[in-house]
Amino acid sequence: MSKKTLFDKIWDTHEVKKIQDGPSVLYIDRHFIHEVTSPQAFKGLEKRGLPVFRPKQVVATADHNVPTLHQELPIKEELSRIQVQTLKDNCAKFGIELYGLGHPFQGIVHVIGPELGITQPGSTYVCGDSHTSTHGAFGSIAFGIGTSEVEMVLATQCLLQSKPKLMRISVDGQLGKGVSSKDIVLYILSQISASGATGYAVEFAGSAIRALSMEARMTICNMSIEMGARCGMIAPDETTFAYVKGRKFAPEGADWDKKLAQWRQLFSDDDAAFDKEYHFKAEDIEPMITYGTNPGMGIGVTGHVPELSEIDPRDKAAFEKSIQYMGLAAGENIMGHPVDYVFIGSCTNSRIEDLRQVAAFVKGKQKAPGVTCWVVPGSKQVEAQAKQEGIDKILEAAGFQLRQPGCSACLGMNEDKIPAGKYCISTSNRNFEGRQGPNARTMLASPLMAAAAAVTGKVCDVRELV
Amino acid sequence: MSKAINHINSTVVPLNLENIDTDQIIPARFLKATSREGFGENLFRDWRFENNDPDQPKKDFVLNSPIYSGKILVAAKNFGCGSSREHAAWAIKDYGFDVVVSSFFADIFKNNALNNFLVPVTVSEEFLQKIFIAVENDPKTELSVSVENQTITIEATGEKESFDINHYKKDCLLNGFDDIDYLLNMRDEITAFEQARN
Repeated sequence: MSKKTLFDKIWDTHEVKKIQDGPSVLYIDRHFIHEVTSPQAFKGLEKRGLPVFRPKQVVATADHNVPTLHQELPIKEELSRIQVQTLKDNCAKFGIELYGLGHPFQGIVHVIGPELGITQPGSTYVCGDSHTSTHGAFGSIAFGIGTSEVEMVLATQCLLQSKPKLMRISVDGQLGKGVSSKDIVLYILSQISASGATGYAVEFAGSAIRALSMEARMTICNMSIEMGARCGMIAPDETTFAYVKGRKFAPEGADWDKKLAQWRQLFSDDDAAFDKEYHFKAEDIEPMITYGTNPGMGIGVTGHVPELSEIDPRDKAAFEKSIQYMGLAAGENIMGHPVDYVFIGSCTNSRIEDLRQVAAFVKGKQKAPGVTCWVVPGSKQVEAQAKQEGIDKILEAAGFQLRQPGCSACLGMNEDKIPAGKYCISTSNRNFEGRQGPNARTMLASPLMAAAAAVTGKVCDVRELV
Repeated sequence: MSKAINHINSTVVPLNLENIDTDQIIPARFLKATSREGFGENLFRDWRFENNDPDQPKKDFVLNSPIYSGKILVAAKNFGCGSSREHAAWAIKDYGFDVVVSSFFADIFKNNALNNFLVPVTVSEEFLQKIFIAVENDPKTELSVSVENQTITIEATGEKESFDINHYKKDCLLNGFDDIDYLLNMRDEITAFEQARN
């Protein structure tokens, strides 16, 4: 019997057909939709006079445009309001379940799927959002798609996809104090670059990955798109099964036993072949921070912005444009750089574990004067849990604002934008030019590093404070 | 109007930067529309205008240059990384480009481009440099791209390179076919697949 990777096993059970010299017809178990990338797809269906093929396999939420204050009021910004309303109308018309504003399950699409138990091992997931790769943390194939593809999946529950090449990235060993899964993924990115995994499905493996919680694993798979990967995945194990069990849409009773037996077969066989492999040591990873305008431009916090002599001549123009945008100089130390905003949120780091970690760190401390600190939970359920655990009180006492769930300042489609020229330490996934607002300057880091910056008012090494 | 696309012969707009992400191609604040039209006016919005003001074009940005124009955009490697927003492909096509040339495309962007009959042509790093040099020497340099023959040629020098394109996708480009039409014809097969799994 031939050896199979985890990816092969899932792909093979979802391949309806392989077109000769062309892509495969891949069956999609669950399709997540949101307000930004779906309206044109629904319009397309209407134009063709088609219904949604399997409406029960589609789940909708509003996240990108929603305000994070006063969600009970109508959305002030007209275009955002229209887009959210359009989603509501389309879901009603086509018979799709919507977790819209005001619903107890509303939240960022990649936070609610897992926490509701919709995301399960061995399945295929797509969404018109690149961070769909998050769901791969459960041992599933999950990837972002464009709006034409959203229309395809709505119309047929299938997608034409070419099978990607396979990459395995192993991280072994033990993480140091104050180093978290966000640092692992920023470190990998700094080593292989923002295009290092383009064209590949990436499986993350190794003892350091196995030791992580589900929420920490989601952070890594979430950012696999930032290395260009089609999707990221981690083989499911006892940690995965324990996380899924008992959640709202998880299988129960005999169904659970049957599923569990199937899920236990989901791993890459010994000696299964990968097209490319990388190995990293957990001990080499410091708390990370980015200095540039793509997520591959990261360094250990004790490091410095590269000198011009360290840059490949072909990359010089892009490097210089980037640090000029960031207001940094080649060779400059990053530690001690002042920070104006701290944003803890986004589909990368807005889960309850992230909020708990931040609260434990800032308890009894105060944010530095002049720093604005936004904490935006990933979902209504995370928000409720935070309140139940008293996290809201701790954050408030430290001078942080706990807001309402949504994508918020990750991409600034709602009112939460970082002003031009200001520096923001952000737990989100992208430091692109203008991502958090025109001319905003983003430094990506872990929730702990962000919390430490909030308290000291500058980039600092969290290891000295924990 | 047919969507089909085959031979494109045009001058080019050179944008010699790596890792151009879709947030630059079309910033998030312009994603609030509910139709596919009109994105071209905001293509590279923040690189094109000072102070977010369409009356203040940035002189040093290539789209504002009187010297360069054409239906072919040429960029350096890893074009279209980042967000999955198809709006990026819509904006490029709507602005008037039919082809984007790079040494490396991000996966989702490439799919989005093909689904909108915008041809992503992947060339070698060496050939890409030849294009940039030719265009720098003479802004009127023309490239010709043939989807049918899978070739890209620098007209002035006759230098030519072949590019890869999936056989199925090539058929779609040449005939104006659409993935959705293909999948819709398969609905019985899909239903049978579902039943066999349960």
